[in-house]
Amino acid sequence: MQYLVSVVDDTAGLATPEEDAAIDVFNDRLRAEGHWVFAGGLAAPDSATVIDNRGGEALFTDGPFVESKEYLAGFWIIEAADLEVALKLAAEGSKACNRKVEVRPFA
Amino acid sequence: MTGVDVQEAISRVHREEWARVVAALARRFGDLDIAEEAAADAFATAVGRWPADGVPPSPGAWLTTTASRKAIDRIRRENKRGDTQKEAQLLYDDDPPGPPGAIDDERLRLIFTCCHPALAMEARVALTLRMAGGLTVPEIARGFLVQETTVGRRITRAKAKIKAARIPYRVPSAEDLPARVSGVLAVLFLVFNEGYLATGPGTDPVRHDLTAEAIRLTRLIRALLPEDGEVAGLLALMLLTEARRTARVSAGGELVTLDEQDRGTWDAALIAEGHRLVRERLAAGVAPGRYQILAAISAVHTSARDVRDTDWSQVVALNDQLVRVDPSPVVALNRAIAVAEIDGPEVGLAAVGRLEDKLAGYHAYHATRADLLRRLGRSQKSREAYDKAIELGVNTAEIAALTRRRDQLG
Repeated sequence: MQYLVSVVDDTAGLATPEEDAAIDVFNDRLRAEGHWVFAGGLAAPDSATVIDNRGGEALFTDGPFVESKEYLAGFWIIEAADLEVALKLAAEGSKACNRKVEVRPFA
Repeated sequence: MTGVDVQEAISRVHREEWARVVAALARRFGDLDIAEEAAADAFATAVGRWPADGVPPSPGAWLTTTASRKAIDRIRRENKRGDTQKEAQLLYDDDPPGPPGAIDDERLRLIFTCCHPALAMEARVALTLRMAGGLTVPEIARGFLVQETTVGRRITRAKAKIKAARIPYRVPSAEDLPARVSGVLAVLFLVFNEGYLATGPGTDPVRHDLTAEAIRLTRLIRALLPEDGEVAGLLALMLLTEARRTARVSAGGELVTLDEQDRGTWDAALIAEGHRLVRERLAAGVAPGRYQILAAISAVHTSARDVRDTDWSQVVALNDQLVRVDPSPVVALNRAIAVAEIDGPEVGLAAVGRLEDKLAGYHAYHATRADLLRRLGRSQKSREAYDKAIELGVNTAEIAALTRRRDQLG
């Protein structure tokens, strides 16, 4: 079963070198133990563009789709047997990247 | 067997077997919804048949078999037959068979699943009372003074999350067990406390149905995890508190504080059992957790035949120990109350006053101040504190007692 582990951030700064190093160690572990699917860090939310093409003509809007104090800073997609395993990994991920994370199962 | 006897037998079997039937079905069909509905169907069938057919020799087995048949009927009717395999995977269970003697009881799996930390506390409480306690949705709603639809929604949502996020149906690993047991105990303690100091107007001040259910489920956990000190501690704490239940509310509907209770009405059997558990934990020689210390404090109070015989220095010492594992201002408040008994109300009042920042919104803080100020003869200040305590109070019997004390001030 796959879970999305979203990294929730409320500070503008990118990861520090120490955080990056901790994230690398954590990622290596995910790969070694067969939990790794994909992961990535995102650029700042103000670099986002929203596209709405439901009306026939694509509308482009500058900025994130929702303005909020907290935003998505990155994510992991992990493979885990159940939520228990996913929560444990997410707890370690939170420690590694030094940020809050949210765990959500894929449907 | 008369009709009344059969009714009683059904109630008893319901209390004793509900959790086992639900747990067995959840394991077999891998779905809490199906388990709950089929168990309810089976009990409804028993209500219809047993008065005529008599109570079967092994009621639990009869109910499990009947419920399994109902579950299969339901799955077929809903044309889910092809999906059974898939459904089974949804409620996930990859436990390798445990070593001999390992804790493995279906009911324990059920309770750990219902009390999973990924569920909201209200959902854990409702789900545990429904699935493991066998209380109906209206009963749970009455117990917590919320709408039936709210309880129903909480349970439905929790079951959906268990399925969608794949909360495993199993007993946690040895390494996770202490933290997870403490999560289960938190749910049971909350149920007990709501019963013991019920909140809201228009409800009985003490809800025996909730305290009894909390004790019953804690006894079950104790039977399943007999070595766990905190389980024993919580059970002892509940028993020693429940023992004082009848003395706690006066005929006039007022809450009676510990110092004014008629100790002759305390339940001696419950106290003896609670004391036995506390002694057992003392003999274990393992550093006690929060519930064991709270139980020990309760044991000191219930050992005194008269309030004047209370060993207050022991109460202070235990509260000091409690502060180390639970440094909450409420613990500090209880310590200050004990200090006042040894060093006098003036010293106690000073200790209580230091907690104002943290406890200004807590009725017991103001009630304690009011009492100490009264004993010091400072009527005006005492009256103000009673007013504040009454304003913040949530329990009808407690408010009645505080109001009388305030009005008796000279």
